[in-house]
Amino acid sequence: MSTGLFILILFVLAGLAPFTRRYLGNTAGWVFALFPFGGFIYYLSLLPAVNTGQLIMESHAWLPVYGIDFSFYIDGFSILFSLIVLGIGTFILVYAGYYMRPYPMKGRFMGYLVFFMASMQGVVVSGNLITMFVFWELTSISSYLLIGYHHEKPEARSAALQALLITGFGGLALLGGFVLMAIPYGTYELQAMFANPDAIRNSGLYLPALLLILAGAFTKSAQFPFHFWLPGAMAAPSPVSAFLHSATMVKAGVFLLARLNPVMGGTELWYVLLSAFGAVTMVAGAWLSITQTDLKRILAYTTVSALGTLVLLIGTGTEYAINAMIIFLVVHALYKGTLFMMAGNIEKMSGTRDITKLGGLYAYMPKAALIMGLALVSMAGIPPLLGFIGKELIYEAKVYAPSWRYLVVVASFFTNVVLVFLSLRLWLDVFGGKTPAYSKKPAEPSLALIIGPLFLVLASLVMGLFPATIATPLTSAAVISVSPTIGAIKLKIWHGFNLVLGLSALTVLCGVLVYKYKEAVIGFANKVNLRYFTREFAQLFSAGIEYFLLITKAQTKNIQHGYHRFYLMTIFVVASILVWSIIWRSDPLVLELDFSDMPLNLVAVVVLIVTAALSAVATHSRIIALIATGVIGFGITIIFIAFSGVDLAITMVMVEVLMVIMAVAVLYHLPRYVKYSATGARMRDGLVAGLVGGFMMVLVLQAGTSQLEEPISEFFKEMSYSEAFGRNIVNVILVDFRALDTLGEITVIAIAALGIFSMIKLAREQSQIKKN
Amino acid sequence: MESVILQIAARHMRPLLIILSLVVLYRGHNEPGGGFIGGLMLGAAFILYAMGFGVKKTQESIFFSPVTMTAVGLLVALASGIPALFAGHIFMTGEWVTFFQGSAMELKLGTPLLFDLGVYFAVAGMLTLVMFSIMEE
Repeated sequence: MSTGLFILILFVLAGLAPFTRRYLGNTAGWVFALFPFGGFIYYLSLLPAVNTGQLIMESHAWLPVYGIDFSFYIDGFSILFSLIVLGIGTFILVYAGYYMRPYPMKGRFMGYLVFFMASMQGVVVSGNLITMFVFWELTSISSYLLIGYHHEKPEARSAALQALLITGFGGLALLGGFVLMAIPYGTYELQAMFANPDAIRNSGLYLPALLLILAGAFTKSAQFPFHFWLPGAMAAPSPVSAFLHSATMVKAGVFLLARLNPVMGGTELWYVLLSAFGAVTMVAGAWLSITQTDLKRILAYTTVSALGTLVLLIGTGTEYAINAMIIFLVVHALYKGTLFMMAGNIEKMSGTRDITKLGGLYAYMPKAALIMGLALVSMAGIPPLLGFIGKELIYEAKVYAPSWRYLVVVASFFTNVVLVFLSLRLWLDVFGGKTPAYSKKPAEPSLALIIGPLFLVLASLVMGLFPATIATPLTSAAVISVSPTIGAIKLKIWHGFNLVLGLSALTVLCGVLVYKYKEAVIGFANKVNLRYFTREFAQLFSAGIEYFLLITKAQTKNIQHGYHRFYLMTIFVVASILVWSIIWRSDPLVLELDFSDMPLNLVAVVVLIVTAALSAVATHSRIIALIATGVIGFGITIIFIAFSGVDLAITMVMVEVLMVIMAVAVLYHLPRYVKYSATGARMRDGLVAGLVGGFMMVLVLQAGTSQLEEPISEFFKEMSYSEAFGRNIVNVILVDFRALDTLGEITVIAIAALGIFSMIKLAREQSQIKKN
Repeated sequence: MESVILQIAARHMRPLLIILSLVVLYRGHNEPGGGFIGGLMLGAAFILYAMGFGVKKTQESIFFSPVTMTAVGLLVALASGIPALFAGHIFMTGEWVTFFQGSAMELKLGTPLLFDLGVYFAVAGMLTLVMFSIMEE
């Protein structure tokens, strides 16, 4: 099996999913889960080789000329992420198969989930920046589809659009960053960049490339001030939140930063930007989560906070920080996936996910309470779960941070206190306390809904209990891929009595205290939020979008005013100004006009044309104007015949006849002249007409006297019969030499005709509706 | 607007005009004519009929709608470029077949004629489409 094939299979499965529901029924979740599970086993089997320092590469040619290929680059970090994506994905599919049972179009939903899984898997194994970008955008699109799954609800639609706009904006910036990054290398292959990181750092492109890439990563990973789309995305069904918005998609930005760390990282700018954004996001997410009451939104804000922590750790870049980042990544994926799934279960079983309306659920679902409790212990960073090791490492990294140590430690301390407080609250206020009146009697969730959380929590527990034998081999290669110069720390659960352990104990103590006085704390936070953060970022964002739309609408109204005569006038004026300016600068026109051998009948035709033109201008009647223009047309036809342009003449006759018929048909619908145009308007129109007519005349006269190059007509004359077997040169040009042009032209007229048809039809239908 | 003269003229002129348009289409390769002019004539034939009998009756008397005609024209024109691909030439290269070579009935048929047929239908379809929508009450 190869990575490319595996991803392809997932995409095919996603496409087939909507049609399988009929045959698989409710077992669909279990069947689908086999695919990511197979992938999980496959990548796990690669781990021993990768741990000895081996790289697994694979490449499929795409646009080799531009250094763009579908290539995959699998090292320890890719494997770790693949295991997270596919491992959690396996359980999510089982969970979703049951969770979505009451909703319509379940098959399509499963398809979207697998589609996302394939894209995300593509991101984490990409070995080419463009490959990664393609998969990156696919995750945005699938996320849009998933968040907007309940598309009949307006808030789901707007949340989906908001997430798409923000991540899409970031995606564009990212593409720009990738293109800049590739310039010094001449290729988009990651391997080439890892081999020579100095090439980009020493070029002037480092700064713009870094800023663009950070814009992409920060929007995707919901960093402040782009954090707001993530809580909004909670409109998605719970399996989506558990998968995309906890463990995988939002981590794509973190993944990218860690992936590019060997190339882009380690500079002063990298350190400052990542630390600043990460720290602010970490604190802001924690602070905003205090006042939330919706279970999923509480979790969403803690996810924002966790993402901030990860970015901060990548920015710090020390041995401890990178180790902490990798461990915390795993820890967070395990407990947050569990918690989101459990939040979904609680909502399903009790009918609400508002924490103020929940309580006493332990009596109804003790098993669920136990699983959720373990996940919360991990979140609070209490032994013996992996969360404890993660938090210890984070404290360690921050206590020994290169600069701003105290600020970072205080911020981190605050965040962890909030996490402890929320852990207590999420368990005690949901499962303990009084039992409010539920709309239906809560019950233990079924096996499929609970098996995922159970396994994830068990994984966290096992890794926490046996850090050296299980957690270290899983993560050590990842640490080395993110930062080749440092080594992996041997993980252990007991570090002895030291400063960090003291900090941990203090954190737990403060968390308990905060929970004890939670009313006061939540009230205080609410007051501060009301006072200083009256406008949410989400509102600001949608206001900005609305303002933008208003401007574009006004702009469009100015330019696309809908008056056909002014469109024509614009075209005529611009064209004649351009042509006149060229005529002005070119050689003076030499007129060699000789009318002596002009036959008398042609003179008569010319006089006829001129008279007709004058009367068309002077008349007050539409019919007369129409007839006069017809006379002009037929006069020109006669001139064509006189110069033996028979093809043109036939066409002209046809066109003139049809024009008159068409004009008569239209005339019938037009109102009578209500008023004649004002003198000013007539002068203006006359000026424009004079300009256009003048330049046409000068052009024709000049074309007759000057010869710039050998005329191409000789070629056509010669080749017409020998090459294209036709004696009618005009026709041969149309259907053979320039057939592609003709094809384009008939396509254009067909589209124009369809446009006219639908416009008239629409107007007619609307007037009929009005009549009725 | 029922005119007996126009109706009789239209009834008899329409088949003649259609035949004439086909003649013009076919002879276009060597003599004045071609798909564009032929298409205009075909369109004119339908429009003349519509002026006599109204749009509705005309549409009933021709077995495909103007939209279909336009679409068929575009498809035929596009398809005429494909045989060249099988012959290993560039898209839209003219490919020719000769029948009865050497005899008095020698007939040369090629993809350009097919292409012209596409133009013929596209032009006629677009013309009738626009005119019918304007003339329809």
